[in-house]
This record gives sequence, C-alpha cells and structure tokens, in this order.
Amino acid sequence: MAKITLKNLAHSYLPNPSSEDDYALKELNHEWVDGEAYALLGSSGCGKSTLLNIISGLLHPSQGRILFNDVDVTDQPTAQRNIAQVFQFPVVYDTMTVRDNLAFPLRNRGADASYVAQRVQQIGEMIGMEAELDRKARGLTADAKQKISLGRGMVREDVNALLFDEPLTVIDPHMKWELRTQLKQLHHDFGHTMIYVTHDQTEALTFADKVVVMYDGGVVQMGTPQELFETPEHTFVGYFIGSPGMNFLDAEIAGRHANIAGTQIDLGAGYGAIDGKTQVGVRPEFTRLGTGDEGLPINITRVEDVGRHKIVRADYKGQEINIIAPEGQEIGADMNRVVFDPAGINIYANEWRVKGEAA
Amino acid sequence: MEKTVNQKAWFLILPVLILVAFSAVIPLMTVVNYSVQDTFGNNQFFWAGLEWFEELLHSERLHDALGRQIIFSLIILAIEVPLGIFIALNMPKKGFWASLCLVLMSLPLLIPWNVVGTIWQIFGRVDIGLLGYTLDKLGIAYNYTQDSFAAWVTVIVMDVWHWTSLVALLAYAGLQSIPDAYYQAAKIDQASRWKVFRFIELPKMQGVLMIAILLRFMDSFMIYTEPFVVTGGGPGNSTTFLSIDLVKMALGQFDLGPAAAFSIMYYLVILLISYVFYTVMTNLDKRDGV
Repeated sequence: MAKITLKNLAHSYLPNPSSEDDYALKELNHEWVDGEAYALLGSSGCGKSTLLNIISGLLHPSQGRILFNDVDVTDQPTAQRNIAQVFQFPVVYDTMTVRDNLAFPLRNRGADASYVAQRVQQIGEMIGMEAELDRKARGLTADAKQKISLGRGMVREDVNALLFDEPLTVIDPHMKWELRTQLKQLHHDFGHTMIYVTHDQTEALTFADKVVVMYDGGVVQMGTPQELFETPEHTFVGYFIGSPGMNFLDAEIAGRHANIAGTQIDLGAGYGAIDGKTQVGVRPEFTRLGTGDEGLPINITRVEDVGRHKIVRADYKGQEINIIAPEGQEIGADMNRVVFDPAGINIYANEWRVKGEAA
Repeated sequence: MEKTVNQKAWFLILPVLILVAFSAVIPLMTVVNYSVQDTFGNNQFFWAGLEWFEELLHSERLHDALGRQIIFSLIILAIEVPLGIFIALNMPKKGFWASLCLVLMSLPLLIPWNVVGTIWQIFGRVDIGLLGYTLDKLGIAYNYTQDSFAAWVTVIVMDVWHWTSLVALLAYAGLQSIPDAYYQAAKIDQASRWKVFRFIELPKMQGVLMIAILLRFMDSFMIYTEPFVVTGGGPGNSTTFLSIDLVKMALGQFDLGPAAAFSIMYYLVILLISYVFYTVMTNLDKRDGV
C-alpha cells in the first residue's frame, strides 16, 4: 500500500522524440493517494496502458520519476516494486492447476506453505472457482482464465498497488458485475491503492472513488463521477462521459449572453472576454423541449425511446443537439424549440472549460 | 433430411487415386513383390514366401545396424533438441540481428546433403582438412577413416551442424508466438528465469517441439547421404546405419529379396515409432485439458 507520485513523467516509444506529438504519454505530474481506487478512463490509444506499465515498471519512462511513498523507484525492476497487475487478455500458466496458478506469486516470494494454502482457498472462493482448483488451467474458457488472472493479481495482500488493465473485457456481462463488486469489496477490506484502466464509462464510474480521464496522451480531468458529469473540464470529457454525450454548440460569448448562430441565450453567469474558439456545452439531461419562442429553434430529426427516457435528436442550423425527454412526455409536432437549464451550461474556449463569474 | 446418392462422385477422387497409386502404392507393391521372391539374375524369380523376413529377423548384421541406428538417433536428438532450444532462447527477438541470425541459421539447411557430407569429409581430413589437420597438430589422435570413435564423432557433429538450425528455427517460431503479456505477468509474479522457461516458454513451444522431434527422429533414422559420403559406413561397419546397410545389400550384393524385406521392415519400424510418439504426445495434450 503506497502513495504513488509521478513527477514530470512522459513517455515516447520513439528513440528520439522531437515534437509533442511523438509522445504517447505527455508530461504529467500526479499523485495517487494511498488507498484510493482510481479509474483511468479514455479511448483506445490515449496512453492509459502506457501509464500503467510505467507504474508497474514494465516500461521505463523517457523522462520523469516515479515515487512510491516518496521513494524513487524509477529504476527499480518490476519484481522489486511489489505491484500486482492484471492484463486485458488472460494470462495463465497452462501446465499448472488452477491452485498452483493462484499460489504462484506467493510461492515465488517464498511464502509459508500453510499460508499459501489458506490464501489460495480464500481467493478461489472469491473468484468462484473453488470447485475447479485442482484442474489444469489449460482448456478452461476465456473468462475462467481471466478469473484466474484476476485471482493471481489479488492473491498478495501486501502489494503497493493493484493495477488493472481493462481486465473485464473478455468476461460476460453478468460475471463482470459480480467481479467488479468483488474488486470493490477487496478494496474496501484491504485498502489497496487501485488503478483500473478502462474505456467503459460505466465501469469507471461504478468502480472508482476518482476517475482520471485521459485524452491524447494527457490527463484532461480528474474528479469524482459527479464532477465529471456536471463540470467537464474539457470537451472530450463532456462527450466521452454520458450517454449521449454533452452537446457542444459554437457560440459567441458576451457577458451573460451567448449568441448561438443568431439566437441569444442567457448563460446564468457572466464571462469576461474569451479568446479563441468558444463553445457552449450543455448535457442532454439539462435540456428540455419547448414551444413558442423560448430557447433555440430546432428541427427534430429522430426520437429514440431507450426505456427509462427518450432521446430526441434535433438539428439547429446544421449543429446536432441531443435532448433527453422524460419517458411519459408526448413529443408533439409543435415542439420546435429547445431550452437549456442555465445551471447546466458550461462555456469552453479552445476545448477547455472557462469558469463563469458569480452573477 | 434426405441424402441424394450419386455414385458418379467417385470419379472426382479418381485423379488422386491415380496419383497416389503411381507415387506410392505401385512402387511399394513392387518392393513387397520382391520381398517374397528370390532371384539369381536374368530376371528369373522364385517364390520364397516369408523366408527373407525370418532370416532378417535373426540376422546379426541387421541387429547391429539397428542398434547403431537407434543410438545415433538418440544421441543427435539429445544434442539437437536442447541445443536448438538454447539457441532459440538466445536469438535476438527483432531487428536487423534477428534477420541476420535467421539467414545464417537457415544456411546449413539449404546445402544439398551430399555437399554437406563432402564439406565434412574434407574438413576432417588429417592431410588437408582444417579440422583434421588442426587436431592432429594439437596432438589429438583423430582419424575418421581408421578410428570408429572419431568416425562417430564426425558423423554426429556433422548432423548437429546440419540440423540443429531446424530445431532452433521451429523453437524460435514457437517463442515468437508467445504474447508479451505472459512475460509481463511473469515479472509481476516475480517468476525466476527458469520458471519463465518451465511454465511459459516450454509449454508454449510444446507443439513445435513435437514436430521438431518427430522430423529429426524420422530424418536421422533414415540418414544415408552424409555418413555415406564421409565414412562410407566405416571403418569396418562402425557407421553403417540401416539405410547404408540396405543399399549395400540391394545394390552392392544385388540381394533384391532380402533387401526388399529389409525395406518393408524398416518402413514399418519408422511408421510404428512415429505413430506411437505422435499418439503419446497428443494424448498428453488431451489429458492436460481435462
């Protein structure tokens, strides 16, 4: 269990990176608080796995330092860092039994045989494989193998951190839920520092205390699920989190008002002079359909009923707007306006959020 | 569902039947035919029944050749398989050096077998060969034409030189197919180098190694050209392996009947051993899966 500090960390897979674009992981300063559960969320190729492999020591960073509890471990090999890591695809030792697989990390560290036996039994129950402990790992199904991989990751109690690299990709949905619950339970019981890489927002939001969103090699926002939802710091966070994602409309901002392609709306807060490309961001949850002359005039192009609510796809002068309407609401032919709740409006300049001044 | 019966479909396999008949069945039957007959030349044959088989089963000459053959195959397997794995483990994984290694390793495999024999025949000569001459000057008694131990060493070293690459290349291919995640997981699990080999690399190479062992066994059991060129089966009969003996019998002595019987038994032995080996290995695989 450890606090993990990253100092000026950056990594490039090229031997001589020249521009910022050559970096898979852009310069990063970050502290992972001891005992917290983090989710590292981002689309494929954004540097999540790179960051994870640097923390576990499988990759040596091009620059910067990694500290565990303020001790520099940058040059330490993986084995000395005492990290557990579970990979996206199952890794099992085919010729061993399930039991030996689970015991492997403990035995390699010279653990006491009776402790190993008891701990393996416990983990076997946790992953729901106590009946198969004496079977050879070869020939098991992919999700059984991945459960073994997870078990091997969890079997050591004294690890500095537990890293998961999209571990539930190959697991079926029902088991996914169950295993994630068990991971949370494990975190609750032992208080390991956990970092969980995923591209699935539901997984990230349900698993973690704090979600770290990565985009194009850098961290764009770190926060609680609520913060990510209400105040996305970057347009990427806005549309990556949420279903559907945030609406972004090009606008000119002047004080408390925005001019969106000819229509003025009230922003609920004042903004100073902003340079660059400015956008208004509103989550579909903070919009409603209207009639008459309120809000923005729209054309509804499609209505999708997803069960608990309706998603209305609309068009406003060539820009798409998604609106969430309550399940019971009739979408009438006269509904040709959309109204934004000022509390849910965020302003972005060059993709980054601009804080409003108190009204 | 009702199946339509169409006997004309048999014609579709006719080309294959004809091909196999001419390439395998008819030549084999010729040998079978010879094996049950005796001849004194002039193309006159007499029925001999199973006489040749009986005779050969009790023939000391055949027993000796078979013994030498088994020892030879076991020795070269015992050297080439571990050595090939060792080389594969130490080959560069990618880049220019990996390609260079692959090309260098392939070279011995590309040389015609009688050329391999000639190379070593000259290489080992005490008067003009680099190896033989050097050893002689160093005071080591080495003469493969007179000393049977030296002849054996030469033939075995030659085979190792010629064929270890094959095992190495197959093992290398097996190693290359192991995903990185396995090595990463092993590091996380703090597995020692030996354990990585024992629990990751060896199991993952099992399939290709089985092929390598099978190929090397069959080829070494049938070896003819190289030892024939180097030692001609001598000194005495010390490097006369089964196929050399067979050729002596068939062409040297023109004993077509016994030679044909010999061929059939030889063929059956290889078939039997390969079958047993293959069955055992695939069953091991299945048993693990349960």
